[in-house]
Amino acid sequence: MTEHRHESCHRLLGHLSEYLDGEAAEALCAEIERHMAECENCRVVIDTLAMTVKLYREQERPSLPRDARQRLYAALDLTEYLPPDSP
Amino acid sequence: MTHSAPTDAGIDLDALRAGDRVAFVRLVETYADPLYNLALKLTGHPQDAEDVLQETLVSAYRSIGGFQGRSQIGTWLYRIATNVALMHQRRRQPDSVSIDEPLALGDGEMVPRQLFDWCCLPEPDLMSAEARQMMEQAIQALPETLKTVFVLRDIEGLSTEETGEVLGLSESAVKSRLHRARLFLRERLSEYFAEWAGGNHD
Repeated sequence: MTEHRHESCHRLLGHLSEYLDGEAAEALCAEIERHMAECENCRVVIDTLAMTVKLYREQERPSLPRDARQRLYAALDLTEYLPPDSP
Repeated sequence: MTHSAPTDAGIDLDALRAGDRVAFVRLVETYADPLYNLALKLTGHPQDAEDVLQETLVSAYRSIGGFQGRSQIGTWLYRIATNVALMHQRRRQPDSVSIDEPLALGDGEMVPRQLFDWCCLPEPDLMSAEARQMMEQAIQALPETLKTVFVLRDIEGLSTEETGEVLGLSESAVKSRLHRARLFLRERLSEYFAEWAGGNHD
């Protein structure tokens, strides 16, 4: 790996979230994509960074358990409005 | 009289301010799950998350009359919940870093160390119960300043602007903290999957 390329890795690293979120300017996107094509390490970092975000975004989102909802409505003095159990 | 337009969630602000209980129930039904999820991610404990949710909504019920409507009502609730959750966390871990203190991460934090490409592992391996648990632990290992931004942006799906409003941060601060959080988590996930793949295929 050349010294020049190593510097590019460092400089581009700070912009990867912008790139993944589609917020990077066109020139920067082109530079990152060019760099990824020749730098395997950066390609792996970008792909695994994207996958990290994807896995967290797709995580199951637990809803409030039924008994906790009952306690919440009681604490708010709203028990009479407690919605019936959903099927 | 200024007219308060209903917010995105279809909440009637005037009725809420006037103490209308049915309107408040609608607010609770709209935000109980997202606020519970936020509190669960910030505290890491279901019991704490329930306490945070209760405190948040009790406090909202008491102070809704003074809600100015300068921000979305959701942003206002997220802000209360985040503050309550952080107070719970500090009680649990009194030596944790406060949100106003500078980050105590080293200069080398940005340098990726793990270069194992785990993207092509089969989905059941990426989504296993053990992997999910590791992902939860990784969130809890984030410094508070990064965790709040990551949870609001990438888990709760707030925009950069909304996250900035909730936390009182500029958009550039939100972006930079989000990026650092993601790099930190990528490192943890890579470590885990590298070890996992090594163990399975040797």
